[in-house]
Order: sequence, then C-alpha cells, then structure tokens
Amino acid sequence: MTLLTESQTPASQRRGTARRRKPLRSSGYKVFRVIALVAVVLFLIAPLFWMLLASFKTNVDIYDAGKSFLFTPTAENYANVLQRNNYFVFIFNSFWVAFTSTALSLVLGVPAAYAMSRFTMHRSALVVLMARVIPGVSLLVPWYYVFSNLKMVGGFEVLILSHMFVALPLIVYIMMSYFDSLPIELEESAQVDGLTPIGAFRHITLPLSVAGMATAGILAFIFSWNNFMFALVLSGSKTKTLPVAIFDFVSYASIDWGGLMAAATVVTIPIMIIALFTQKYIVSGLTAGATKG
Amino acid sequence: MSVLTPARTSGQSARSRDNFSAWANRHRKWLFAAPAMIFVGLLIVFPLAWTLYLSLTDSQGSVRAASDFVGFENYLTVLTDTERFWPAVGRTVSFTLVALVCEVVLGMCIALLLWRPFRGEKWVRVAILLPLVATPVAVGMMWRLIFDPNIGFANQLLGLVGIPPQPWLSGQDSALPTTIFMDVWQWTPMVVLILLAGLTSLSEEPDEAARMDGANAFQRFFFVTLPLMMPTVIVAILLRGIDALKTFDILYATKGKGGGSFHEVETLNVYAYGLSFDYNQYGLSSAVLILFFMIIIGSMWLLTMRKKAVSK
Repeated sequence: MTLLTESQTPASQRRGTARRRKPLRSSGYKVFRVIALVAVVLFLIAPLFWMLLASFKTNVDIYDAGKSFLFTPTAENYANVLQRNNYFVFIFNSFWVAFTSTALSLVLGVPAAYAMSRFTMHRSALVVLMARVIPGVSLLVPWYYVFSNLKMVGGFEVLILSHMFVALPLIVYIMMSYFDSLPIELEESAQVDGLTPIGAFRHITLPLSVAGMATAGILAFIFSWNNFMFALVLSGSKTKTLPVAIFDFVSYASIDWGGLMAAATVVTIPIMIIALFTQKYIVSGLTAGATKG
Repeated sequence: MSVLTPARTSGQSARSRDNFSAWANRHRKWLFAAPAMIFVGLLIVFPLAWTLYLSLTDSQGSVRAASDFVGFENYLTVLTDTERFWPAVGRTVSFTLVALVCEVVLGMCIALLLWRPFRGEKWVRVAILLPLVATPVAVGMMWRLIFDPNIGFANQLLGLVGIPPQPWLSGQDSALPTTIFMDVWQWTPMVVLILLAGLTSLSEEPDEAARMDGANAFQRFFFVTLPLMMPTVIVAILLRGIDALKTFDILYATKGKGGGSFHEVETLNVYAYGLSFDYNQYGLSSAVLILFFMIIIGSMWLLTMRKKAVSK
C-alpha cells in the first residue's frame, strides 16, 4: 500500500506548492488516517471482490467455507451464462438501449439546457426536473396501457423512450450548471463579429461544451444501463436488458450461485471500466450544482 | 449557416432561408426548450392525470375493463389499512431516515479524511467510485450471496470473532436493516463526492482564523466548517433522500414480490408496484401512488425551505 509510506516521508518533501497548507497534525493523526482510509477502501471493495471470486468457483466450492480464498478457478460459469443463457443478446440490448437513449437525450437536452440557462427559465427547468422526483411506478401503468395499445410493448422504441425519461432530466440538470459557468461574453463577441445567436451557439458554445456533454452523456449512459424497473415492465423476451435478465436468473427453484455471480459480474464490469476511464467526468457530473448557494 | 454562405444560394431560396433563420433566432428560447419540455410533459402530465383519475375509480384486473367512479373510497381504504399501507409508510420512512443519517455521517467522516491531499489518493477515489456505478440489481444479488445464512461470507466473518450466525435477509426483523446496510454501502460514496466538492470550495480563512485563536480540530469542525457546509449537506440530503424514498431495485432483487413473505422490506414503492403489476389493483395502487407522491413533494419542500433558511 502506498499509503503506508506517507508517515515516513518528511512533509517538506511531499509536493511543494500544490500543498501550501502545512498540515499541523500530529503523527498520531496520520497513523489513524491511514488505518481509516484502508478500512474505507476494504469496506467498499471487498464485497465486489467476493462477487468476482465466487463467479470463478464451482457451486460445490461456493458451499465450502474452507475454499473461501483458495480454490481452483473455473470459467465454466461464464461459459454457461454467455452461451447457454444467451447473455450476448442481453448485453447488446442493454448497450443499444443505453446508447440510443443517451444520444437522443443529448439532442433534446443540450439545447433545452442552453435556453434554460441563458434565459433563466427556472419554472421550465422545474418541469423537466420533476421527472427525477416522480415515482416511476405511477407512470408505468398508463405507459403500459398506451404503449400496448400502440403494439409497442416489447419493442426497443418504448424502452428507449422510457430510458430517455431517465437520461433527459439528468442531462438538462448537468448541462444547465455547465452553461451557467460558461461566460456569456464569448457568444456576445461572436455576435458582434456577425454570427447570429444560433450561429454563436453552434460555432462557439457547443465546441466549448464538449467536456460538459461528455460528463452528462456518460452519466446518462450509466443510469440507463443500470435501470431496472422500466425494463422489467416494458421489455419483451427479445428486448430484455441485463438487469432484468439477472433478476430472472433467480426466479427458478434453486439458485445457481456461481452462474448468478458471473452474470452480476458481466453486468457490472463494463460500467466499471467506463467509470475508471472517465472518473473525472463522473465526479464533476454527480456534484454538478451541488455547491452553488 | 445562412449568414456565412449567402453568396452560394440564389435569390428566392436565400431570402426564405434568411427569413427562417431570422425567425428561428428570434424564437430560439422556445425553439430550444420546447422539444425537451414537450417530451417530458407528454410522458408525465398525461400519466399523472390518469393515475389521479384511476385513484378515484375501482379499476382492477385490466385497465381496459369497465370501472366505476367511487370518489375517495380508495383513499379511505388505503388510509385505514393498518396491515399493509401504514407499515409500508413506516418502513419507507425508517429506511430513508436511517440510511440518510448513516450516509451523511459516514460520508462527512470520509470526506474529511480525503479533504487534504495525500499519496495514493487516486486509488481511494477509484474505490469510492466503484459501488456508485455498480448496477443495483447485481449489487442486490451480490449481497444475497454474502448475507446467505448458510454459505455467506458475512456469517463466516462473524464466526471468526465468535459471534453466532445471523439470519440477515431471511430474518423477519433483520431484513430491513440489512437492506439499509446495502444502500449505505452503495450510496455513501455519492454523499462523499458531494461533500468533498463542498469542502474544496470553502475558503480557508475562517478555518485559519479559528486555528490562530487556538481552536482545536473538533471545535473548528463543529463551529466553523460544519455551519459553512450546511447548504451542501442539505443538497446531499435532498438528492439522496429522493432516491432513498423511491428505492426499489435492491429491495425487489433481494426479497422479491411484496417485499418478502412477511412483507419485511415492503416500502411504499414496492407496495405500489405489487398492487399494479402483481395484483392488478389499479384503483388502489393509484391512490397509494398519489399519497406517496405527496409525501415526496412534502419532504422536498421542507428541505428546500430549510436550505433557504441556512443559506441566509
């Protein structure tokens, strides 16, 4: 652990100007801090690690407490899940629904967030944000009725629409706080140079907002990928997404723990890899607007 | 853009495009905002109105079947139902309150630990992010194995320190606390990130001044940092509280229909979902949902008022 070396290095040698606050803490606090941080990391990572371990165990080994950490790994669970249970189809479904709903939500949400930010349309923003507050179940009965009359239940369109309902408010919320922080002077000077207001939005503001759109898009993708309730009701056998597929895994008599953990790993790993590479964006998106007065 | 390339288009079409462009620029406020608002509006306003209507009828079995207008009878039935409705309200409130208190207190402690830079910070931040992005249904399944009374790691761990095995999710009294634990595991990181953003944006002078005056670390936290952080804390409570009230995925994934055979983890959201999709009692479920919605709006309103008060 690199953390442990901290107390041994003199404070002056650790990064210079970035750390102008000299910590006036005792070495007792430093030791406590290292122990506490290790405990936090263990608490957060251990369960995921356990899931990963179990996904490589046979069901006999899972029932054997003596083989908690030492066992002969097997890839059989993954072979079962991916081939016999057709998880490639569900992976594709999840990806397609999350990708399309995110892309469409960006097309609708970014201009809306721009208008709401520049014209301070607080009440309109509230309408869109209502979608985050409302319990999903209260919308599902009417949706199910309308969409089954339109013969759309079980198709991709209705799933994408319902997931856009999750993605859009998120995108509007994040992009509004992003546009709020973007100086309006740039657009004004572009207009002085002859661009129309929409032209200034297209040629000046949009290129400057790529980071914001990436943040909003990644988070929307994750929320859509993880969504369970809408797909539980609105997906059909051909459009089933991963969370629903995992839920169906246990509805039979006895639980195939190894297979279940392999399935759970298959659904979480892609999203965790995305998260690792886009960490900066995710953090700024989740905390968007949280520190404003 | 027509303004940039006026020479390339000939006479009339150029004029009509200019006209359109001028019109679009004049009305850009609503041109930009309307599509998103219409989309959300169509998907919310109409279903909500219908739910309100259904809550006043005895609709069941199929929404298509004929139903009679029964006035406030469903509300009366629900509000006098001490077997399912009120216990579900109790579970929703205790789930939310206990989870929120744990998450905010733990979240504040972890955020304070992370506040000042240190070596290996990157790795701790990765660890914080992982639970947050994990799919809740998969997380539920993961905890089901860990908390399994016979083969779970939780009881193995307890065995090491000599504590007898616990029933966890399968116990009638321990199921709800266990699901709260899962929620705390998954969402404390979210609170940490929000509070950390708040801490980093604080100015250093007040803390420095208190230090000069000889205040110790605890005094500085409770009398300087915490009051300054109050608005951010309330934002964290607001964001997390809304989602905690509506928790569905981990409850349904771990205990299934009706929140378990004794309804141990049946919150309002799980109850309403069951009434709608397992029992097709649309009238009753709509009444439950309208009441649930009012509870959510009410608590949000209270928190927003509180935030305005501390921000002043």
